[in-house]
Amino acid sequence: MLRTLARRLAGLVATLALISLALFLIIEVLPGDPAAIMLGTSAQADTLAALRHQMGLDEPAIARYLGWVGGMLHGDFGISYSYGVPVSQLIGERLAVTGPLTLMATLISLLIAIPLGVFAASRPGRIVDQGATLFSQLGIAVPNFWIGLLLLMALSLHLGWFPASGFDGWDHGFWQGLHALFLPALAMAVPQAAILARVTRASVIDVMNEDFVRTARAKGLSRSRALWRHVVPNALVPVATMLGLQISYLLAGAVLVENIFSLPGMGRLAYQALAQRDLVVIKNVVLLFAVIVIVVNLAVDALYLLLDPRLRGRS
Amino acid sequence: MRAGMMRWLRDNKALAAGLVITVSIVVLALLSLFWVPMSPTKMNIAQKLKGPLENGFSSGLLGKDHFGRDIASMLMVGARYSLTVALASVAIGAMIGTALGVTAAARPGFTGAALGRLNDAIFALPPILSAIMLGALMGPGTTTAILAIGTFMIPVFARVTRGAAMQVRARDYILAARMAGEGEVTITLLHVIPNIASQIIVQVAIQLAMAILTEAGLSFLGLGTPPPAPSWGRMLADSQTYLLKAPHMALAPGLAIALAVLGFNLLGDGLSRLIDPRRRIER
Repeated sequence: MLRTLARRLAGLVATLALISLALFLIIEVLPGDPAAIMLGTSAQADTLAALRHQMGLDEPAIARYLGWVGGMLHGDFGISYSYGVPVSQLIGERLAVTGPLTLMATLISLLIAIPLGVFAASRPGRIVDQGATLFSQLGIAVPNFWIGLLLLMALSLHLGWFPASGFDGWDHGFWQGLHALFLPALAMAVPQAAILARVTRASVIDVMNEDFVRTARAKGLSRSRALWRHVVPNALVPVATMLGLQISYLLAGAVLVENIFSLPGMGRLAYQALAQRDLVVIKNVVLLFAVIVIVVNLAVDALYLLLDPRLRGRS
Repeated sequence: MRAGMMRWLRDNKALAAGLVITVSIVVLALLSLFWVPMSPTKMNIAQKLKGPLENGFSSGLLGKDHFGRDIASMLMVGARYSLTVALASVAIGAMIGTALGVTAAARPGFTGAALGRLNDAIFALPPILSAIMLGALMGPGTTTAILAIGTFMIPVFARVTRGAAMQVRARDYILAARMAGEGEVTITLLHVIPNIASQIIVQVAIQLAMAILTEAGLSFLGLGTPPPAPSWGRMLADSQTYLLKAPHMALAPGLAIALAVLGFNLLGDGLSRLIDPRRRIER
């Protein structure tokens, strides 16, 4: 098991090296002079020289790449050009919004998807099942930023139940923070729930046909007890896989939803950095998103190895 | 004859619905090249924010936006841009991704592993973030959107084709071809790709849906086709200011996006069931 895990970890490091190198090449080497891009055409020569020096552009490319990666390993992400503060500080503040937002969206989506998928699978072809199928098809098709707009229109502007925009931070109390993040999290959760409900349904139907379920029923367990005690735990493995694969889509959704609700998160940071052409921020935010996606997927893999001894022998 | 058709329709509901929706959208998009109800760019301040048919036909079937432009006409022209970006990016993803996928299946050793890492690396960059990065470097626009979405599609196609190609390569006819002295390249081109083509086509339909969704997201952020060309995503972005006064501005483009995505998803589902009735599709 440790060997398998070590091999995955080596793969992770290789993938990260590949991504960081690609980002570095695209942002700092290919366009010629990133400082000129950031300052635009009207830049003064001395401003340009100062920024080039601050970004370390007067050093050779290899030294810059190693400096960037090495700096990141001890939390130094460089200094934002447009904000004038260390990027690590910006990212830290923004993660306090995007992190809880993404977690909340994941929780909401599981709370919708698992019961719906399980009930649909236990009554195939019935009205619950047809409803779940319809929800899956529609939920996948509807853009999360449109759901966000509709929720904003109905629940914030018309009914006034939720704040329409902004996030005051966690200092005003935990519940107030959750309250402000609920609608954006719900908007992100609906498409996720649609996909996860579909996977849950398919997986539960598969597991219900396994021998151990028949055994459980034969020894006298009721239908619902066999379902929740024996089928559901085993059916959740593909759901976890899908959750890992979907993290990339979920984070992409955060970029859009944060912009609708004006939440000061990572996605909005990246978007504002685009307007400012702040390549230092963009480079690090994009890499951080990639790190999250890859680490989450490795964590899902590691979880399997812990849960399912049969997988430990395989590579 | 009619009974046979009814049975086909009952067995292939998803495919039929998908075909009807996608063909209608493509026809409307193509029609907009020759005819639209009103000019999609002409402003008419007297009609601004008017709801559907509020002033009779002069305020349009779907109403007017904040500049008094006709929303139905904007949606028709917007469909064209949306479909163009989706088709171009899926073409990039399908071609490069398939090439990488069948190569990885043919060379499972070092090359396969290296291609796997490459796929993981690309897959970790959501198209919205690559579009933000490319937008800062080369300016936002249609090309940026196509590049960002198309790149993300490469690992998606590579995964599907690699798996399918590995299954095909285990078949006896591949062994027969190898014994007949055919090289790996010939085997891949003549035997593997034709036998996984149906799975690639299913994936093209599903990824067209994903691409339309992503394009809408990009143009919502202003990273898609620039104005004055109308785009579904930007129409939604514009609607946010007028959610209370003119909710129709938010409803129409959102429904258009959802319908297009639903159509291509149903098409993909239906096709995959047609090819293999036992197979449940996973996205």
